[in-house]
Parts: sequence; C-alpha cells; structure tokens
Amino acid sequence: MSDISLRGPVEWSSETAVARRKSRYAADRRLQFYGIAAITTAIGLLGLLIVSLASTGYLAFVQTKVTLDFPIRAEWVKAEDPAAGNYRNVVRQALLDIFPEVTTPPDQRKLGEIITNNAQFMVRDAVLANPSVIGGTLTLTVPSSDPFDQLNKGAISRDVPENQRRVTDQQIAWFDRLVEQDRVAAPFNWELVTNADSRFPELAGLAGAITGSFYALLVCFVLSFPIGIAAAIYLEEFAPKNRWTDLIEVNINNLAAVPSIVFGLLGLAVFLNFFGLPRSAPLVGGMVLALMTLPTMIIVTRASLKAVPPSIREAALGMGASKHQVIMHHVLPLALPGILTGTIIGLAQALGETAPLLLIGMNAFITSPPGGLLEASTALPTQIFIWADSPERGFVSRTSAAILVLLGFLIVMNGIAVFLRQRLERTW
Amino acid sequence: MIGYAFLLIIAVTLVGFWMGRAKGASFITAGGPKVHSLPGYHGAYVAAWVGVPAFILVLIWVSLQSQVVESMVLGGLPESMTAGASTAQMSLYLSEIKNVASGRMFSEPSPEIVEAAATLTRLDVIADWALVVVLLALMVAALTFTRNQLSARFRSRNNFERVVSGLMIFCSTLAILTTAGIVASLVYEAAAFFRLVPITEFLFGLKWEPQIALRPDQIAGAGAFGAVPVFAGTLLISLIAMAVATPIGLFTAIYLVEYAGDGVRAVVKPIMEILAGVPTVVFGFFAILVVAPAVREAGGLVGIPISPNSAFAAGAVMGIMILPFISSLSDDALKAVPRSMRDGSLALGATPGETITKVLLPAALPGIVGGILLGVSRAIGETMIVVMAAGLIASLTFNPLDSVTTVTVQIVTLLIGDTEFDSPKTLAAFALGLVLFLITLVLNIVALRIVRKYREQYE
Repeated sequence: MSDISLRGPVEWSSETAVARRKSRYAADRRLQFYGIAAITTAIGLLGLLIVSLASTGYLAFVQTKVTLDFPIRAEWVKAEDPAAGNYRNVVRQALLDIFPEVTTPPDQRKLGEIITNNAQFMVRDAVLANPSVIGGTLTLTVPSSDPFDQLNKGAISRDVPENQRRVTDQQIAWFDRLVEQDRVAAPFNWELVTNADSRFPELAGLAGAITGSFYALLVCFVLSFPIGIAAAIYLEEFAPKNRWTDLIEVNINNLAAVPSIVFGLLGLAVFLNFFGLPRSAPLVGGMVLALMTLPTMIIVTRASLKAVPPSIREAALGMGASKHQVIMHHVLPLALPGILTGTIIGLAQALGETAPLLLIGMNAFITSPPGGLLEASTALPTQIFIWADSPERGFVSRTSAAILVLLGFLIVMNGIAVFLRQRLERTW
Repeated sequence: MIGYAFLLIIAVTLVGFWMGRAKGASFITAGGPKVHSLPGYHGAYVAAWVGVPAFILVLIWVSLQSQVVESMVLGGLPESMTAGASTAQMSLYLSEIKNVASGRMFSEPSPEIVEAAATLTRLDVIADWALVVVLLALMVAALTFTRNQLSARFRSRNNFERVVSGLMIFCSTLAILTTAGIVASLVYEAAAFFRLVPITEFLFGLKWEPQIALRPDQIAGAGAFGAVPVFAGTLLISLIAMAVATPIGLFTAIYLVEYAGDGVRAVVKPIMEILAGVPTVVFGFFAILVVAPAVREAGGLVGIPISPNSAFAAGAVMGIMILPFISSLSDDALKAVPRSMRDGSLALGATPGETITKVLLPAALPGIVGGILLGVSRAIGETMIVVMAAGLIASLTFNPLDSVTTVTVQIVTLLIGDTEFDSPKTLAAFALGLVLFLITLVLNIVALRIVRKYREQYE
C-alpha cells in the first residue's frame, strides 16, 4: 500500500499513458465487435435456416395438375359393377385421345408417366361417386407425376442434357402440348393437408401426421395438465419440508434435463414390452410425451402459484376458509393464466419432440389418418423424419413444407401463450 | 369397451354427487342440528368414493384382461399343438388366433385355431360383461355405504379434502415413479445384455458391429459390442458442438448484458427464443439440406475429401441448437452479479470491456460453467440432428471430417424395425441408454448444484 504514495503524480497526457489508453479502448471495442459478430452469426444462421426451408418448401404448396377427359366406355367399366372396371385403359385412352400419334407400347408407357400413378384409382372413385358417367366422358383434374411437377415448377431445368434428367425431351414436348391446350394448372396444394402419406410425392400429405400429433398431444394434455397441477399444488402448498419432498424436488429438476430418447426407451420397455400396448399408437406417444412434459408443467405451475401474493392466502384463511378452499377458490384461479401459458409452451415442446416417438414406432408408413387412439399413426415431426429419408426429389420440398407447417403450429401456440400472458397475467 | 366403462363411471359418479348433495341439503332445517359441511361437499365426498376406486379398478382390469384371456385360450389348445412348443411358437399361435378372431384370414386356418378363436371371442365378451357387472356392483356399494354415512354432523368436507390430498400426493410421486421406471427398465434390459456380452467387452472393446441376425435367414455380421468407438464419436460431436455454441453464446450474452441498448435486447432476445424453440428434427433436416453439402463443397474446393455425413457438419448444427441455451444461461449468470461490483469497477475507471473480463466474468464463472455443463449434457443426449446428419458406422477416429456415430444414433438404429427382447442387438440399445442416462444425470446434478450454490451466494 505504501508504494502508492511513493509514486509520483501520473502524467495522463504522456505518450505511454495515451498509448495505453488507446490499446485499452481498442480492447473494449474488440470485445464489442466480438459480441456484435456473435449476434450477427446467430441471427444469420436462423435466417439461413428459414430462407433455405422457405425456398425449398414453397414449391410444395402448389401442385401441378392436369385436366383430362376420361372416356368411361361401357366395355371397360360395367354399370353393374363399376368398382371392378378396367380403369388403366380409361386413363391410357384419355391420354391417347390427345396424342393419337403415340402408337408403340413403350412410348405409350412414357406418355402415361406424365400423370400420377394413382390416376386410375381417382377416376374409379369419381365414377363410383357418380355412376351416370358410364358410357360418357368424365372430365377430371389429376396431379401430374413428381418429375413433371418439378419440371413445371422449374426445379428440373430443360437446359440439362437429356440423360441427366428424369424426363425425356419427347415427354417434355408432350407436356408442353398439354400446357398449350390449357390442361395444366398449378393450384394451391390443399392435398398437402388433406391427404395422408403416400409413396408418391405428388400424393403425399400430412393429414395422417397432423391427426396423429393431435391425438398424441390430446393424450399428453389430458394426462399432464391435471397431474402436473395436482403435484405442483401439493409440493408448493402442502408438502412438509422433509427428505422425501426434497427427493421429489431434485427428481423433478433432473427429469426435466433427461435426454428425450431415454423417455423413448422407457416407453418401449414399459408401455410396449411390459404392458403390451400397440406399437405406433398415438396413445403410447401421448403417454411418453406426458411423462416428458410433466416436469415442465410442475415447475411452471409452482412458479405461478408462488407469484400469487401471500396476502390473498391470509385474507382467505382469515375469513375461515380451509387450506383446500384457500387454494381451490382463490390461489389457483389467480395462478391459472400463468399455468395455461406454461402448459401451451410445454405442449409446443412436446409437438416438436421426435426421438421418443421413433422408438415407439410412430415412424411407420401409414396411408390413412388414424381413426382412434390405438390405431397406428405417425406424428408431424416423425413424418418430417420419414420424408427427409426418402430419396425422391419431390420429398425434399414436401419435407420443407411439412417443417413450415410444423413451425406454423408452433408459432400459433406460442403466440397464444404470449397473448394469454399479456392479457390475463396480473402483476401484484 | 374401456371408453364405455369410463362413461359409466362418469355417469354413476355424477349420480352419486347429486344424491349426496340432495341428502346434504336435506340436513339444513330450521331449528335442526348445526350442519358441518355444505351440501356440495357431501356430494363431492360420495362422488370421490364412487369414482376413484372404480377408475382404479378399470385400469387394473384392462391391464390384466388380455393376458388372462390369452393364457386361458392357449391353455385350451390341444396337447398335440402345445407339447414342446417354444414361446415364439406360442406367440405365433396367439397372433394367428387373434387374426382369425378379428376376421383377417390369410390362409385356411386349422380347426383347432378356429375353435380357439371362437373361445377368444367368447371369453372377451364374458370379460367385458364381467367388468361392467363388477364395476356397477362396486360403485353401487360405495354409493350406498358413503351415502348412509352422511349426517348433519358428518365431516364431509374434511373427508373429501383428505381424498384430494391423497390424490395430490400420488401425483407428486409420479415423478419419482418415472425415474424409478427409467432406471428399472434400463437396468433390467442392460443386465440381460450383460449376461450375453461381458460388461468389460462393452465398456472397453474397440469394435462396434451390432447389426446381427435376429432370425436365422437374415444375412448379417457376426456382431461385436465394444462401445468405445461410439463413445468417442459422441465425445467428438459434442466437442464440436460446444466449440461452436460456447463462444457465440457467451459473446452474445456479454454484448446483451453490457453493451446492448434496450432496442437491441428487445430484438435479439426473442430471436434467441425462436432459435431455442425450433424442433431438433428441423435442425437435422437443415444439416442434410444445407450444411453438410456446403461443408463437403468447401472441402472439395481446397481438395480435402469430406465425408457426406461428417462429424463437423452434425456437430456444427448441434452447436446452433445449443447456442441459445448457453447464451440465456450465461445472460442469467452475468445479470446475477450484484450491480455494486460492476459500478465499482466502472467507477475506478475500467472500460466496460475490462469490467466484463476482470469483474463480471470471474464472478459469474460458476454459473457460466454450470450452463456449459448443461449444454454438454444436451449435446450428448441430442438425437435427431445426429440421427439425420451423422454416420451409422462406428469408426474410432478423432478426425472431424470423417463420419462417426453416436450413442443416440445407435440406440435409434438398433430399435427401429425388428425388436426382439432376447437379442443382444435390441438389448445393446438399453445398455447404451443406461450409459447415456448415467452420464447426463451426473452432468445435470453437478451443473444444477453449481448454478444453485452460486446463486445463493449473491441473493
């Protein structure tokens, strides 16, 4: 301490002092620059993520469709049994009516590749719905097959040499004639949310996945909401401070940080193997998600209960209410907005959770939406995983589109949570 | 069936509530004895004792019914079929019987099977009706008994509240039950695995080739279960992720705490929250759609061959996922440093930068380290990004441009598709899961303890 007094007065404007000050300010500015660089990187990465998804995903929101006149000849489709008709001939004839010059079978097959493989079933369903067209013609709009969908959207370039793309020059010429005749259109792809999964990208949709996710979230909510609130009330308001409740607390905090895949292992070993519940069922998915969401729910509910001022409790107790009445009639209603906000955020997390659902088999290939809680189904995130794994080019944009749909749901849920927080939550 | 059972419970419970309340209301008479509880509490007391035991009964019944019925059906098969049949064969019979019973016939079933299917259908119907009868009897008995208990001085409210307290205690122990379930199932299956493969080979073996045949007609490798390459791959990818996430997250937190104005904070904080809310499957697709091809192309430009599912791409994307987590925990830790320390440093003439590096960071270090440990635990347990972007082959390498595999990838690949709970292939996944659970548990406990201890110091 004594050497301070021994030092002479500091010459602040001396060259060394100025240089030191300069380097110190430079260091300060450097740190500031690192911070800005870090934030820019983070924002840039999020921007890149969204841009890359949007730029590939927007293509899947429109679908190239071809309108054709299908001749429903009585020789192919019998009026007494229209379901068993020869609809392949109908579809082929519809194309041949437009391109009469195509005669050889290989060429005819190439021509048939322009529209979706399932066109014959669509025509059959349309005929079954309206049997009076038998013997006449049926004008129907069917999706084009994936390569021509990509061609029409510009994802397959015409400048690429013929042997490097999936459509031949001849097919492009046929397709262009269809365009000239105004038979090709690219309307909004409602089938993306009304169709279930399919092996053909042009037909694949999210209906099954959305229904499955809805059922799973419903189960998750029905289980985790009441159980979470009950557990939180007990721990926050009733539990005596002892070893047992300490153990429960530590437990809940740790459960919140256990990797999600471990919950999948639990679901597989206990729900599927031990209790013998069906694989791929939204019920099991929802139960696993509920176990995962429960710690979050308990923590959020406890925080909301804690935020209710003690004066409310004391006033109610002073009026002669029992401990239960204080909580049920006064504390819980006041804490409810906070609890609801936390619940929605917890459900949004559960909606995006994939790994545990993979382990209980919710990544199966299922072509119809589940009719109940015990029927095999996929969920939105697992559907994204399945499509991301599929080799067909059309599935790239479908995957991005599915992600955009999932993010849309998440944004809506979080938006509701923010709205609830701002509108209903009271500060004391 | 179970849906109708629940509807029945709800209906009878409502009836019980209504009857209890009506009786409770009848106690209120002018000049009569003083009534202890409000009529609603009498009703709730009756309803609780009608509904809760019935609900538990249905759950137990449903979890046991199919097993009992199945064993009865299999027991009814003729000696000639069951004598010397293995468990696999028996389960094959069972699924055939079930298929026939539900009308899905693939080939002409044998008369024994048809008969067993008829037995199955009959027994199921009997069991369903037995459930309804037992359920109704239980509920009516409970209703009559509790309703007869009611009187003007009967403490319905206290009794009802006791039931509610019991339910709440049960709910709060569910967290313990979940942990116990996780530990029990992992330990049980892992123990079965270690009976087939010695634990020393699993922990120290250098070769991991788990894709062995589940059925005799499958073509697959002989199998090797040395998990060291898998652990090494997990470590490598986690290190890359933390190398990306820590500096970006920490500098973001520093800037937000010390330099940023309110406007910047108001923009950056929600963006970080959005980044934190993106599901991991989305990051996985981002990795295979954008990052991995970009990394590969960059390697191609300078002439380095890079694997299409390199550890670097997967780790970098995982780093983006963990980044907001690190940034928000560091933010909290830096903000928890008392204002007086910061003001003191600034008053002595230190620049904001010096205040951060010399005062705030050392003071907040435990909190930041705790946050980083939690981040590591997340990186180790993260599944979807690595399942989609990292490799499947376990190679013992620390080259970030090679393809490596991780614990979580192996768990998923081992459990997708055929799962036979007596094959080492399936059980190996549980052994890996046990290791994963233990490592993340230790990391979490240490990290949470550091974070909490440090917070208490200043509060």
